[in-house]
Parts: sequence; C-alpha cells; structure tokens
Amino acid sequence: MKDDIILLAHGAGGKKSADLIGGLFLKHFGNPTLNVLGDSAIIRNGAHTLAFTTDSFVVDPLFFPGGDIGKLAICGTVNDLAAAGAQPIALSAAFILEEGLEFEVLERIVDSMSRTASEVGVSIVTGDTKVVPRGSADRMFINTSGIGLLPAQEYPSPERACVGDIVILSGTIGDHGMAVMTCREGIRFSSEIMSDCAPLNDLVAKMLEASPSIHCLRDPTRGGLAATLNEIASQSGVCIEIEEEKIPANEDVRVACELLGIDPLHVANEGKMLVIVPAQDAEAVLSALREHPLGERAAIIGRVHSEPTGRVHLKTSMGSLRILDIPAGDLLPRIC
Amino acid sequence: MRYIDEFRDGALALEIAERIRKEATRPLRLMEVCGTHTMAIARHGIKGLLPENLRLISGPGCPVCVTPQGQIDQFIELGKSADTILTTFGDMIRVPGTHSNLEAERARGADVRVVYSPLDAITIAEENPGKRVIFFGIGFETTTPAIALAILEAWKKGLPNFFVLSAHKLIPPAMTALASDPEVGIEGFICPGHVSSIIGSEAYQPIAREYGIPCVVTGFEPLDILQAIHMLVKQAMEGRAEVEVQYSRAVSQYGNLAATKCVYTAFDVVDTEWRGIGVIPVSGLALRPEFAAYDASKFLPEYVPSPGNKACECGLILKGLKSPSDCKAFGRVCTPENPLGPCMVSNEGACAAEFRYSGGRL
Repeated sequence: MKDDIILLAHGAGGKKSADLIGGLFLKHFGNPTLNVLGDSAIIRNGAHTLAFTTDSFVVDPLFFPGGDIGKLAICGTVNDLAAAGAQPIALSAAFILEEGLEFEVLERIVDSMSRTASEVGVSIVTGDTKVVPRGSADRMFINTSGIGLLPAQEYPSPERACVGDIVILSGTIGDHGMAVMTCREGIRFSSEIMSDCAPLNDLVAKMLEASPSIHCLRDPTRGGLAATLNEIASQSGVCIEIEEEKIPANEDVRVACELLGIDPLHVANEGKMLVIVPAQDAEAVLSALREHPLGERAAIIGRVHSEPTGRVHLKTSMGSLRILDIPAGDLLPRIC
Repeated sequence: MRYIDEFRDGALALEIAERIRKEATRPLRLMEVCGTHTMAIARHGIKGLLPENLRLISGPGCPVCVTPQGQIDQFIELGKSADTILTTFGDMIRVPGTHSNLEAERARGADVRVVYSPLDAITIAEENPGKRVIFFGIGFETTTPAIALAILEAWKKGLPNFFVLSAHKLIPPAMTALASDPEVGIEGFICPGHVSSIIGSEAYQPIAREYGIPCVVTGFEPLDILQAIHMLVKQAMEGRAEVEVQYSRAVSQYGNLAATKCVYTAFDVVDTEWRGIGVIPVSGLALRPEFAAYDASKFLPEYVPSPGNKACECGLILKGLKSPSDCKAFGRVCTPENPLGPCMVSNEGACAAEFRYSGGRL
C-alpha cells in the first residue's frame, strides 16, 4: 500500500519518518549541510563554527509529571544543540495558539519556558504568535529554534562512530514517553512515572572537558534508543552491539512497558544523551557523567563493530544476540 | 521487576539450553502457536540458544494477523458513513485490508478510535447516542470474554447504538487442522499461555490423544519457554504424548469457567476464514441469534470468504513446508508495506523477518 496521505506514523520517528525525510524533504531541499541529518546543522562562518536547529512541540497533555510543553520546547532545542557539542547562545520561540486557550495555561507554560531558559543560561531573543480558529490546533503548539557555538574544530557527529568505540548512555531509558503515555491513558502505578525532560548543555560541556574527542552525541527522543542507534550505525557504516542488561531503566518504566507490550528501547527520552567515544576516553567520560546530577546512572552499554554495517545487535539477558530494529511507527499497545 | 526478572535469569537459561542440547538426540519440529510466544522468542533471542536439530516453527500467530483482508475491508466500509464511530484494539490499526488500513482511513477522515477494553466502546456509545459505535471483535479466546461481556452489558443497558463485527478465532480447531495434516509433521506444540488460562489445559487432550503430539502449555518469559521446550523434548524422546502445564501459576485444567460461559452466552461457533490459510471448520465465533441486534454484520452484504491470493504461500510457510524465499510473491508483490498473508503482516512473521534482514540470520 503506497501512502498517498500523511499518517501519524510519518511523525513518529520510525521507518515512515525516515522515508518521508529521505524521499521528499532531502529530494527537494538536499544540500551538504542538511544531508548529514544531525540533531543540529553545522555552519562554518569565518573563524566561528555554529550549530543551528529547530523543533516543534505538539505534546498532549500540555502538563505531564516531570514537565510541560514549555519546558520540553526549551530542553528539546537546547539538547539538539548539545548533541552537536554546542553551547546555546540564542533561542527563538513561536506559538500557534487555538482560539479559546485559557490565558492562565499560556502564562504557566511561558513561565516554565522562561525558568528553563534561565537554568540553561540562554535568552529567547525572537518570537512569533499566531492564533487559529477553535478546532484548527490542539490548544497550543510551540516551535523553538536555537543557535549554538562550537568551541572546538572537531565536533561530534552521527557519522563519526569508529570500530572499537565505546557506547555510553547518560541514564535510564523510556521515562519521558511512558510518563506521557500513562498520563494520557490514565494508567496509574504505585509511583508516578516522571518525565526525564532536562537541558543537557551543562552535562555535555562536562563530557567534552573530559574528552574533546567524543565521536557521536545524540539525544534519543522519538523512536527511542533503538532508532538513534540505528541512525548512527547506518550513517557511520558500522555495527553497534549493545547489552540489554547494561541499559539502565527505572523499575516503574519497565513495568509499564511490560504491561502495555511496548519495548522500552523504542520509547522517547527528553533528558538523555547517547555518547560514542574512543575506548581510551570511555572511563573519563563515564566519570564526568556520573559526577553530574543528570548523569548519575550513566553506563557503558556497548561497543562499535565493523560488520554487518548499518545494523544494531542486542545481546539479550539470555546471552543470545538479536537484531534491534527501528520501530515501524507510533507505539501501539498489543492485545496479544 | 518482581515475578518477571526471576524468569529472565541468563545463567539458568543456559543451563536449561544445555539440557535441551544433550537430550534432543534427533531432529525435532516444534510449533509455537501463539504470536506472543513468537514475539518473546525473537525478543529474547531464544532460537540462538537451541541446538541446530531443533526447529521452532511459528504457527498462525496473532489474531490480527489472521484476520482476513475481506473482513478488514468490511470494517473500513462501515466507517465510511458519517454516523459511525469505529472502535478497535490498537494493533489492528496498521493491518492492511485489500486497499487500505484503519490508520489511513482515520487520516482520510473516518472516526477511528483505539480502545483498551471493549467496555470503553460501550462508554463511547453512551456518550454518542446519535452515532452507531462499532467494535471490531478480534482476538483468540483471551480477548473474546471481554467482548462477550460488552455485548451482554449493551443488552442489559438496552443500548441501541453499540455493535460488534465479529472476526473472533478459536485456537484448538486451528491446531487440530495443523495436527491432522500429515505433511506438517509437528512433533510438539508449545501451547499458548493466555488462551489456556481461559480454556484450560484439558482443551488440548484430543490433540495429544488422537494425533499423538506432545503439548506443553507455557508462559511468556524466556525461562518459561525454554522449560516448555525441554518438557517437549523429554516427551518426544520418551515417546510420550501428553498435555503438560509448565505455566501452572496461571493455567488450570478447566480454565476460567465464568469467562467461557460468558463467551458462549453471546457467541455461537462457526466456520471461519484465516488470512492466508483459508476456512478452518468450527474455528470462529458469530453472535448468537438472541443478540442479533448487536451484530454489525447485518449492515453488510453476506460475507464471502475471499478466494485468497493464489500467489500467497503463507499456508505452506506457516506449516514449515516452504521457506519465505520459495514463495513467488515474496519481496515482489508481498512486502511488509503491502503484505498478502499473515507471515508478512506480523512484524515477527517468518516472511517479514526474512524480508527485513534479507536472509542475514543471527
């Protein structure tokens, strides 16, 4: 069945998203800067190297345990810059508001954005507001863009993973996606699942101090760790092997995933960084991460191999290997 | 996770795998009937722990995969009228009918809602008295009781706008069809855990007795499955054919009688079509005449099982008689985006897996 219309799956970060980007956007917009498909575009301008990124936020519900759409809009863009190894220097914020949105709700969200931006140490320097008739948007959407400065000549990039490199994850997986999903579906556990939504610029700065030669940094958002690892494996032309037992995950997230039949490796994160680093620097980066409040549960989860290229292998807790694929579309609970 | 991590002990798994390796002194063909077992086997890499001479064949799989295109087409057709809300379990959303699926129909404007329980569809019907709310009744014995309960609930409430399109399937008749096929040569069934918690282990006695095939009912954790395989190997090597229950923490001999009673209050057993396999006698459920008011099939012309695509060889692949690449449709007219049969519909199906990894086997 060939798609003649846009489906939700085209926006879910899995295979259909990749097909849309490759088959349509790159076909028309393709250029050397965009084609890298990093979290940020890298622009060289005289003596400076800049990172530039943009992201739109449409989360439902607007408020969820551990965050809200405003905090997410700042963290998302700051983290895309951080994944390029860049420190943010300026952000934009654009709002699409549905007629009838409560002023109080908007102010809470704007306040949350302002507090998160102060925490990061960056200002929102430009913006835009549009209001659309009731029913044309789901309460509010936010777009943020960001410019960041790259300190070094060499910067992390998804095509730089090398054979022998070590794969590090900065903390637990699945928290954001399961916080939103359980909140949306009204599924309750003994403890509430909190989103991990957090700005990672400082964490990345500390890592780069520990090792300026980090090869790849990616924040595993939509599509989860599985999609991010597959993108790196494919862009670097390597095989990445990770170990199931070494991947940190909170107990309540694991339970919620089991209950709904969802693989935590496919669930979105908003405050985690995947790091690929030369073996000799792995311990230094891991220590730097663990000393930071956002990296306390960091762990080495795998290693980069040569063959088969473009694949991700998962060593299961049973000791056998399986292929870790990218999720096909929106995460759906299974009945069977 | 308590009660789960204990069943994922890697060291113990290797120990059981070693016992299987030692005791399976001749080639054996075992079939897991249930899609969740297939999933668990893939997710935990269980095939990688088994000896070469032990072959696991994936059976008919999950209920969404065996729902025939024709019935998906019918459900889509019902949703084309503006006064209709379609309700379904989430995993049906992407399963293709002949020309479309529910995800695409939703994007085109049909009111398609994913529910976690058929009782949620009852609530939707109550909240939308001006609309007909149709639930797609899919599932094996595990999910059927909840749908039967929803029908009884609608009847109690006298709800005039709730309907079910029944595409339910029964597992034992499908197993009997496979067992009675001499070509298949199954030497052991890994029987489904959830289904058995409803129907009880006794339901497999005829298969063990009449066809001499060992049956073990098992759970979904890797140690459950490995232990069940070990029990099947033992039976086969000792020349026994019995029904054994590995999953005794959930399954009893006669199952959940209240649930079964509920199912047969609402439904009658009928012949039904399985995608890619054809009609299997007494393997489906239709609403009983007393509940005809809730039967969505009355809005449709009489269902005629589709002749099926002649190129599709899922029937033979499911039985382990052919491999995906032997099928002429494989990779040409049949792909994961445009699947003909259940082996390509299901992500874990033999064809989908082979297509994705182009034979690259771990």
